[in-house]
Amino acid sequence: MTPGGGSGPMKDCEYSQISTHSSSSPMESPHKKKKSVPKRKWEVFPGRNKFFCNGRIMMARQTGVFYLTLVLILVTSGLFFAFDCPYLSEKITPAIPAIGGILFFFVMGTLLRTSFSDPGVLPRATPDEAADLERQIDIANGSSSGGYRPPPRTKEVIINGQTVKLKYCFTCKIFRPPRASHCSLCDNCVERFDHHCPWVGNCVGKRNYRFFYMFILSLSFLTVFIFAFVITHVILRSQQTGFLNALKDSPASVLEAVVCFFSVWSIVGLSGFHTYLISSNQTTNEDIKGSWSNKRGKENYNPYSYGNIFTNCCAALCGPLSPSLIDRRGFIQPDTPQLAGPSNGITMYGATQSQSNMCDQDQCIQSTKFVLQAAATPLLQSEPSITSEELPLPGKTSISGPCATLSLGQPTPPSSMPNLTSDSGLTDIIPLKEEHEGHQFLTPEEAPSPPGMLPSGSPITHSHTMHVLSLASQDSLHEDSVRGLVKLSSV
Amino acid sequence: PQVHSLQELRRSASLATKVFVQRDYSDGTTCQFQTKFPPELESRIERQLFEETVKTLNGFYAEAEKIGGSSYLEGCLACATAYFIFLCMETHYEKVLKKISKYIQDQNEKIYAPRGLLLTDPLERGMRVIEISIYEDRCSSGSSSSGSSSSSSGGGGGGAGGR
Repeated sequence: MTPGGGSGPMKDCEYSQISTHSSSSPMESPHKKKKSVPKRKWEVFPGRNKFFCNGRIMMARQTGVFYLTLVLILVTSGLFFAFDCPYLSEKITPAIPAIGGILFFFVMGTLLRTSFSDPGVLPRATPDEAADLERQIDIANGSSSGGYRPPPRTKEVIINGQTVKLKYCFTCKIFRPPRASHCSLCDNCVERFDHHCPWVGNCVGKRNYRFFYMFILSLSFLTVFIFAFVITHVILRSQQTGFLNALKDSPASVLEAVVCFFSVWSIVGLSGFHTYLISSNQTTNEDIKGSWSNKRGKENYNPYSYGNIFTNCCAALCGPLSPSLIDRRGFIQPDTPQLAGPSNGITMYGATQSQSNMCDQDQCIQSTKFVLQAAATPLLQSEPSITSEELPLPGKTSISGPCATLSLGQPTPPSSMPNLTSDSGLTDIIPLKEEHEGHQFLTPEEAPSPPGMLPSGSPITHSHTMHVLSLASQDSLHEDSVRGLVKLSSV
Repeated sequence: PQVHSLQELRRSASLATKVFVQRDYSDGTTCQFQTKFPPELESRIERQLFEETVKTLNGFYAEAEKIGGSSYLEGCLACATAYFIFLCMETHYEKVLKKISKYIQDQNEKIYAPRGLLLTDPLERGMRVIEISIYEDRCSSGSSSSGSSSSSSGGGGGGAGGR
């Protein structure tokens, strides 16, 4: 079900594409076999998501807390309908189970909608788009290229008179649109990112915010409703038979009352907070950072607000619902440039001589990316499919420790690594890189780390990468390693 | 008989380079694209035609994301059914997107393909960019290496003659 299963073969595909271009290789035969089955895009989705029902349902990878939410709601409401409602409808009015039923239906509908829909994930840049952005960044930074450290990659845009900085996302290879943010848990850039909610097992973003809001709002109504009528139930019974007998008669009511009592505060508080956010057209992310707070300066204001509370609410809750940008159920079509994946860029370019430079660069972006990933996996967070496949990560933080020490305190030359001395391709390249950059004390760690980081299964992919690396042209390598340094040094 | 059908263009010509028209965020996060004319297209297409295409696309997106009576009605109706209605109903946005892809295909066939250009639906690129692929005839690609500056717009002449 997870894309991890699908991404393995896809990765093979990517790299074998390169190797067939440069030389004949034994990777060709499995490649052909796989091509016969058309794959859907969710199977190779680069983010850390789970997909169900052939891509119709999309969730974060950790869903444990979501099931807890589901069980809590189902059990509490179930007990209420089973044990309290018959008594209440008989004694007071049958409207109680009816209203409770509607509320329950609404809560479940919005919860499932929030959890199962695409929160507004931005697809990652195609190789061409990424290369184009690199060119633009290089032009913009052209004057200051001699400096010790490449300038941070940001772009400033003016939105309704307010200057907003767009940050470059090294994983998605895009300048994040305003209000978008990269979710570290799902490894996706999400539009109008609000927060990652483990309770619903999904990010909350542009596309599911309204569902989320309606979920917490209706859930707070439901909790208050159940709580109120459970208390009523107990009171009515205790008037007849005494308090202790009433508790004995309906023990379920006690459980419900306890669950409701503890959850009602947080749920009502949360819906109040989100009501405030909606009325001022902010996201949780912006509110926590204080992006538009007056404390940052008198001139600071929220450029997305429509100016009045009513319009803000309507726009957030009843505005047009934007479409999903990741065509999850679409088929991967390797032949048309329309749906160019990483491998297609290469096959397409292959024809023209003029593009051979571009082609090398493309290969190099991929290969260097791979080395860098291995070197700084926990730092970069890029291409989770690879990290999850190659490195059985117990968790990001656990590895970031050793890696950080590596990059700081080991100015060892690459030749000191026994694994690498045998590999002529890499040793050729590393001094070359040093010449070109003058970041001598930083470059070595890029290379030495991979053998240390890669588990026992890695030699194949490792040598594969090296093979490609040795073919890469100098210029593009320079570019990529600079990019890698940006990543490493920005941590 | 269209000389340069889209498939034919892809097969007969080789991709030289791609130009990306970026988003214009000056009015907020609504989907709008910059109407600035990319210099790479200088020798390929008239500035006016290109700007008209982008402006039309911007118009479509503005229509799709317009906040007003009909969008409120749709939103409230959906909310009243706990959003289950979206399982069987197309949103206004999706209808406009279909119009947009039709428009792009139309523009490609009429204007862009004969000039050796191809627009990609921004939806396929995450609504971040309008991707314009610049193609070159295979025969001329061997001699002239840089795509945009060379005057090898044989595709343009051929297309005009065909119609």
